[in-house]
Amino acid sequence: MSIPLPVFIAIPLVTAFLLPIFGKKGKGVATLLANLATISLLVLAVASIGQDDRVYEVGKWPIPLGINLVFDGLSCLLLLAISVVSAAAMFFSIRYMEQYTAKSKYLSLFLLMVAGMNGVVLSGDIFNLFVFLEIASIASYALVGFGCEHEELEASFKYMVLGSIASAFVLFAVALVYGNTGSLNMAYISKAISRPLNPGLAFAMGLFIVGFGLKAALVPFHAWLPDAHPSAPAPISAMLSGVLIKALGVYALARVLFNVFGISVSIGWILVALGLLSMVAGAFLAIGQWDIKRLMAYSSISQLGYVVLGIGLGGLIIARDGNVAWASLAILGGLFHLVNHAVYKSLLFLTSGSVQMSTGTRDMKQMGGLAAKMPVTRATCTIASASIAGIPPFSGFWSKLILVIAAVQASFYWVAAVIVFVSLCTLIMYLKVQRYTFLGELPENLQQVKESKGSMLVAMVFLASLCVIMGLLVIVPTLKDSILEPAVKVLTDGLAYSAKIIGM
Amino acid sequence: MLYALCFLLFMIGLYCAVVKKNMVKIVVGIMIMEYAVNLFLIMLGFRIGGRAPIVGQEDIAGVGGGLTELFINKCVDPLPQALVLTAIVISLGSLALMISICIRTYEKYGTFDITQIRRLKG
Repeated sequence: MSIPLPVFIAIPLVTAFLLPIFGKKGKGVATLLANLATISLLVLAVASIGQDDRVYEVGKWPIPLGINLVFDGLSCLLLLAISVVSAAAMFFSIRYMEQYTAKSKYLSLFLLMVAGMNGVVLSGDIFNLFVFLEIASIASYALVGFGCEHEELEASFKYMVLGSIASAFVLFAVALVYGNTGSLNMAYISKAISRPLNPGLAFAMGLFIVGFGLKAALVPFHAWLPDAHPSAPAPISAMLSGVLIKALGVYALARVLFNVFGISVSIGWILVALGLLSMVAGAFLAIGQWDIKRLMAYSSISQLGYVVLGIGLGGLIIARDGNVAWASLAILGGLFHLVNHAVYKSLLFLTSGSVQMSTGTRDMKQMGGLAAKMPVTRATCTIASASIAGIPPFSGFWSKLILVIAAVQASFYWVAAVIVFVSLCTLIMYLKVQRYTFLGELPENLQQVKESKGSMLVAMVFLASLCVIMGLLVIVPTLKDSILEPAVKVLTDGLAYSAKIIGM
Repeated sequence: MLYALCFLLFMIGLYCAVVKKNMVKIVVGIMIMEYAVNLFLIMLGFRIGGRAPIVGQEDIAGVGGGLTELFINKCVDPLPQALVLTAIVISLGSLALMISICIRTYEKYGTFDITQIRRLKG
């Protein structure tokens, strides 16, 4: 049975607006409903694997008159990542959010963010993409400032200013595209654009790169991320770093550049440069941090660089009429790293939340010796660290290996060298986390620390077990063919997207 | 020409948002940017001497078969106006949130000057 596409947006949206009704007394019911919503989304996303290439016309208006939702391989991959991370983060919040007031408001903002992200990855209409992008962004601005303390408000304001500028850029670009092509449907825009691009469209493409680059926090647009992600409550940091920057930034960028405008050599180089810059700068900035969540936030920038590098390298090879097999290998590496990063980075943020809740601090200088007190947190954090540093057999190893192989095959030897080097830096920064948080002397004031309980543990163990088995996604051919390959094909096919959608 | 002025308005907003030190002025700058984009969208659909894209009884009686032609040649493009309505609602939402965060920040720090609101470093 094929699952109707609007369900992915309707479930979180409807639940989000139901929740505030329960108020303070019905907190339990609200939590239960919110968890039901995210878990059912996860089930639906898993059930819809393999049902690729479907178009839903909203309100039965035929395209290009109406809005359409498109479900293809790339959307499916992102939808899976979003639902896995949101289910885990929501489950984690059951216990973690007890320390804050207004839990039902938090839950409804959370679900609004999920609805926005699902909308972004499903939308086949460029203005509709902007609307969903704004829903997800506004919810995330509010969630970053949820604690209403000094740092949180400051971070939220900074994030909101840069986010709003990014949105204005994207809207401007949408207006330019509409003015030049007379359509808002991505497939029809792609058909109407004549290549090489005229100056108006080239300018629009530049605006899209800056706008989505700001949302994805690529260096040099990264200034908001290291403030915003640590300030949010831990499950929200997990959502922001895990999927929000990918759905709103990388996915939207890849979709617009590959499927709408068409990739060219110069755009490929821009993506590669952004990716490399983010990787190196993010890694260097992360090593010097002593705030555990801030370190993880910088490392998100660095890891996102891998994703953009993989996609850009693939695009570059395609644009040069190189070997398509190499290009798809590079894109496969990028997309696989995207999914991996979603899982292990959200796990790392959840463990940091667990540590913060027990010890009351985020400063690694004041921690130490927590391994004996918090065995589960320690174990899951070690798995995630090993995974992000690329130690076999954990998931991060496979995606980095694929990226290195792709770079070497396409004779970008220096790119391969940078990938390995940044991987070493990542190893150093997470060794630092392990050393100062979990090993060494237990300080006096932390003698009474207790392991977190209940739902927090379940969420962490769930993500940790995913980290261990995710390598199977590329090793087992059937899994690879049903989940990753369709997503890669969407990007390598590029402009064929348009003919496919119009033909359906 | 008008488009250039519109772009100038956009750049003024961007300049204001990036350079100004006062939080409220930054918010005003962002709003100017969004208004510039809205104006741009409206101008895309505008045509001099155009008519409202609404077909009344008398039009059907008067023109007969050439209704589609009349629509394409004379009417203002209605789509950008729908887009602008949506964009205005969205920017209203973000404006409300931005202003409320400004107020909360003022309560905490006692100032709107972002050079003095610097607890986050690194």
